[in-house]
Amino acid sequence: MAFTVYAVARIRNLYAVVMLGSIYSLLAAAVFVVLDAVDVAFTEAAVGAGISTVLALGTIALTTDREKPPQRTRILPLAVVILTGAGLIYGTLDMPRFGDPNAPVHQHVAPVYLKQSIPQTTVPNVVTSVLASYRGYDTLGEVTVIFTAGVGVILLLGNWRRRRRRPESENENENA
Amino acid sequence: MHSYLVLRVVTKLLLPFILLFALYVQFHGDYGPGGGFQAGVIFAVGFILYALIYGTENAELVLPRGILRFGYSLGVLIYAGVGIYDLLLGGNFLNYSVMSHTPAHGQHLGIFLVELGVGITVSSVMVTVFFTFAGRQKPTD
Repeated sequence: MAFTVYAVARIRNLYAVVMLGSIYSLLAAAVFVVLDAVDVAFTEAAVGAGISTVLALGTIALTTDREKPPQRTRILPLAVVILTGAGLIYGTLDMPRFGDPNAPVHQHVAPVYLKQSIPQTTVPNVVTSVLASYRGYDTLGEVTVIFTAGVGVILLLGNWRRRRRRPESENENENA
Repeated sequence: MHSYLVLRVVTKLLLPFILLFALYVQFHGDYGPGGGFQAGVIFAVGFILYALIYGTENAELVLPRGILRFGYSLGVLIYAGVGIYDLLLGGNFLNYSVMSHTPAHGQHLGIFLVELGVGITVSSVMVTVFFTFAGRQKPTD
């Protein structure tokens, strides 16, 4: 994975970058499977390695497949990245050991969900019951985000010009 | 893309299985990994594959944009509608337990409907985004 990231940062041919990004997603999905997070792995493989790659290729087909070489030296961005990275790594020092059963994440609501999910909802896949039932508000928000993304893409790139000539359809655009 | 016979035949062979697998992931999400998000993406991938091989115009004949636009509104409406239906039945917003005679059955129904809404929205948005990107011409400058 580290090699893929390095290659993505170095290669200027955007087709290769998209393919490497897809490989990275696939590797991430494999890591999730190893961690027993099958649902997340499924999503990562379908969305990260599948759809995003196709959409990125579509974007490249519309624009260009070469990255512009940088014009100035990038000291400030490099400093910001290193500082942020160091801060994040410093933050992980306080984190509980991997898989520690006494970690806060395993003490709060997770045991309640795991114990009560099947008696309360009779849904064998706890991930689904947490996602759709206990955390229903969040998921509604996520769906709304996807909806908004779709509307945004249509408004920006969709074929609205034909309609805009007619003045009475202005309201229709705003309601869409 | 019109001359690659192998791709065209393999696409036609694979397409029903991709769509069937998407429906399986959608409706089996209660029991195995998967759910609305993944199923929606896989369903969309089926149509995107078809559009890649047979051209966006033919894919839009199968799935016109009007239906897609209707679809992704419908998904959100199903989800929010379930929540409001629960409110009307006297429960909290998105509390599925009041939806049926037993709480567990209500949860089942609620999760099923909500996942269906998620699936419809995700697949419609994905196909729409792809059509919108692929349907544009490269600006000639």
